[in-house]
Amino acid sequence: MHGIGVFVCHCGSNIAATVDVKKVVEMARLEPGVVHAEDYQYMCSEAGQEKIANAIKEKNLTGIVVCSCSPRMHEATFRKCAEKAGINPYMVEIANIREQCSWIHKNIEEGTEKAVILTRAAIAKVSLNTSLLPGESKVTKRALVIGGGIAGIQTALDIADAGYEVDIVEKTPSIGGKMAQLDKTFPTLDCSACILTPKMVDAAAHEKINLYTYSEIEKVSGFVGDFTVEIRKKARYVNMDKCTGCGVCMEKCPSKKAKSEFNSGLNNRPAIYTPFAQAIPNVPVIDPTQCIKLKTGKCGVCEKFCQAGAIDYKQKDEVVTRKYGAIVVATGFEVIKLDNLEEYAYSQSKDVITSLELERIMNAAGPTKGHLERLSDGKHPKEIVFIQCVGSRCDESKGKPYCSKICCMYTAKHAMLIRDKYPDVNVTVFYIDVRTPGKNFDEFYRRAVEEYGVNYVKGQVGKVAPQPDGSLLVHGVDLLDGKQLKISADMVVLAAAIEPNPSVRQIATMLTASIDTNNFLTEAHPKLRPVESPTAGVFLSGVCQGPKDIPETVSQAGAAAIKVVGLLAKDKLLTNPCTAKADELLCNGCSACANVCPYGAISYEDKLIVDHGVRKTHRVAVVNSALCQGCGACTVTCPSGVMDLQGFSNRQIIAEVDAICR
Amino acid sequence: MSMNEEFRPKIVAFCCNWCSYAGADLAGSSRLAYPADVKIIRVPCSCRVNPMFILRAFERGADGVIICGCHPGDCHYSTGNYYARRRMTLLFSMLDYVGIERGRTRVEWVSAAEGVKFSNTMNDFVETIRSMGKNVRLGDLRCKN
Repeated sequence: MHGIGVFVCHCGSNIAATVDVKKVVEMARLEPGVVHAEDYQYMCSEAGQEKIANAIKEKNLTGIVVCSCSPRMHEATFRKCAEKAGINPYMVEIANIREQCSWIHKNIEEGTEKAVILTRAAIAKVSLNTSLLPGESKVTKRALVIGGGIAGIQTALDIADAGYEVDIVEKTPSIGGKMAQLDKTFPTLDCSACILTPKMVDAAAHEKINLYTYSEIEKVSGFVGDFTVEIRKKARYVNMDKCTGCGVCMEKCPSKKAKSEFNSGLNNRPAIYTPFAQAIPNVPVIDPTQCIKLKTGKCGVCEKFCQAGAIDYKQKDEVVTRKYGAIVVATGFEVIKLDNLEEYAYSQSKDVITSLELERIMNAAGPTKGHLERLSDGKHPKEIVFIQCVGSRCDESKGKPYCSKICCMYTAKHAMLIRDKYPDVNVTVFYIDVRTPGKNFDEFYRRAVEEYGVNYVKGQVGKVAPQPDGSLLVHGVDLLDGKQLKISADMVVLAAAIEPNPSVRQIATMLTASIDTNNFLTEAHPKLRPVESPTAGVFLSGVCQGPKDIPETVSQAGAAAIKVVGLLAKDKLLTNPCTAKADELLCNGCSACANVCPYGAISYEDKLIVDHGVRKTHRVAVVNSALCQGCGACTVTCPSGVMDLQGFSNRQIIAEVDAICR
Repeated sequence: MSMNEEFRPKIVAFCCNWCSYAGADLAGSSRLAYPADVKIIRVPCSCRVNPMFILRAFERGADGVIICGCHPGDCHYSTGNYYARRRMTLLFSMLDYVGIERGRTRVEWVSAAEGVKFSNTMNDFVETIRSMGKNVRLGDLRCKN
């Protein structure tokens, strides 16, 4: 016979303010099977858990219902508590009376009534729960990091330093990512390359780290601890073992029309190229869309000049299949396209540039060798206007609703660097708000204003109008004194919003990791599990999860790495026991269930069955519980209804429906 | 209409664990109100929702049933929501035929990040059901005529 205990949490006043907790307890006592009900201030606290454990022991409870916050929050907590007290952890159900009740209803009668019904449904379900035992699965002791920017590099280094093998898959020809394109970093004004390139070298030289550059993820299957990933190594047309990285091929290549991705398209690169001088690996790739030999069959200059004989026009893409225990997504960001923000005249004038382009202009290895000059006529600008929040915090038809977080700081950095190097240049910054939370950030911004005399104007720019004389007339408004402003500028720099790398959508789909409306990957819990995806075994590092600067990215990378290490350190993983199960006696082996199973977890076996004294062999469905992830697709497909999902069985769900509709 | 304002419908919402249930949690933690008439049942995936559960709900007096899952392409189990979509298309047209109007059944895709959408969807659904009035029970239909 059942002995169900009901434990109602006040959650301080979070629940108790709009739910009459005592009434819920009183009503729960009337439900069949309930032998114990009580309430407490904080059920998840040690004292609360002790109350549950004591009740389980004293009243010989067989199942418990905890009326509290979302099961996504504390189901695991209460399951552990039940297990410690001696009952199966799957004999626990949660009635979510906080997120789905007290927090959204203001009327105490309404809230209480709903809480009573939700509790009733949970009691009805728990009375049909059965003890479940998790299975075990193995752990492949190798991690995959997708993306070789600073987030991916740091994650890989931290995992490798803990003693586990890591592969980095990077789709461009070199690791380094966006940080490699930066000139200086705020708020210390360190040289970006000086702090990044040693890390790139460390990653490449680390005996536990293997780089797949110019490669992409093609297919992912499996689950936590045992992912199988197909990686497409795109043809470089250069033999990596033979190439010495001398660079003669790049000098001699006659096709130099392609825009350099590394220099944000501000200058050209040859068809055979490394993105930048410090590229790792220092092996060029041939861009097949630009190479004359690959397009027309004539040319072959690079092959002639390559003394190492490394050029191989016949090279083909290669797909390798590897196994991993954990996957870290570190796909980073791109600057948004400015097509919908034509008022800033980005496409009309060469002298309207994005901040990332300015970063390349200021860099000694950039298209202007670090000299600040206009791209249209090479003249030294005297008046520069920076516009903040270009596509950030704006209407979704034009840009992104969120704050890109890094722009206020890098704009202050740019303004400061320009004023420092060229005191003759006037710098004006239009801003909505200046946001500088972070260590030494506000001090940095104040230095830009107070020491370097940067002119900050609160207000937005309505229009940038290119003039016949080559100048740019900036129409803005100063909100603080309510005046219209017109500034004749030589150069306009747009702090364009950042967005997740467009490839993340496809990667998230392959990993079955969820993404939000802005294409940022969703974390398992926004506060308590910020580096884990809701999909077990998938972790998040860097801007793919949300806008962040370099120090935040590096700390998140370390956090993701320790989560991966924690996983890889285990010899076995416990699997979710809420898997499908067929009733052998009733199954007729029709194969309908196997056809809908996304995991190939269902197979068929001939089993000897004794039916009314007659022994016969019978084809029945058998679920491999290590492969089954418990979606339940098969349970609905089964024409005879013999396939059921443990933990979410037909009877349990119907009991909930009945309790709600009673 | 005054009758309808007092009418408190019974609404069952099946929410998949990975997207919509989390979306409902987000609606809660963001304090985005929707009527208490909506009671959520957690299922691992929208494809776990057996047409039998929906029939049972109407049989037991539900006035509306809504199934919420991950957006197409975003299913935690890759393809579950596609199965749900097909099954429900079929089921809803059958239900319409037996007298349970289209407005009383709905499938919506709500991601874990769409607390606002969850709340708006529920407000809209409850409003629809309130304007439709009480459901004629499946059981009653069998007895009449």
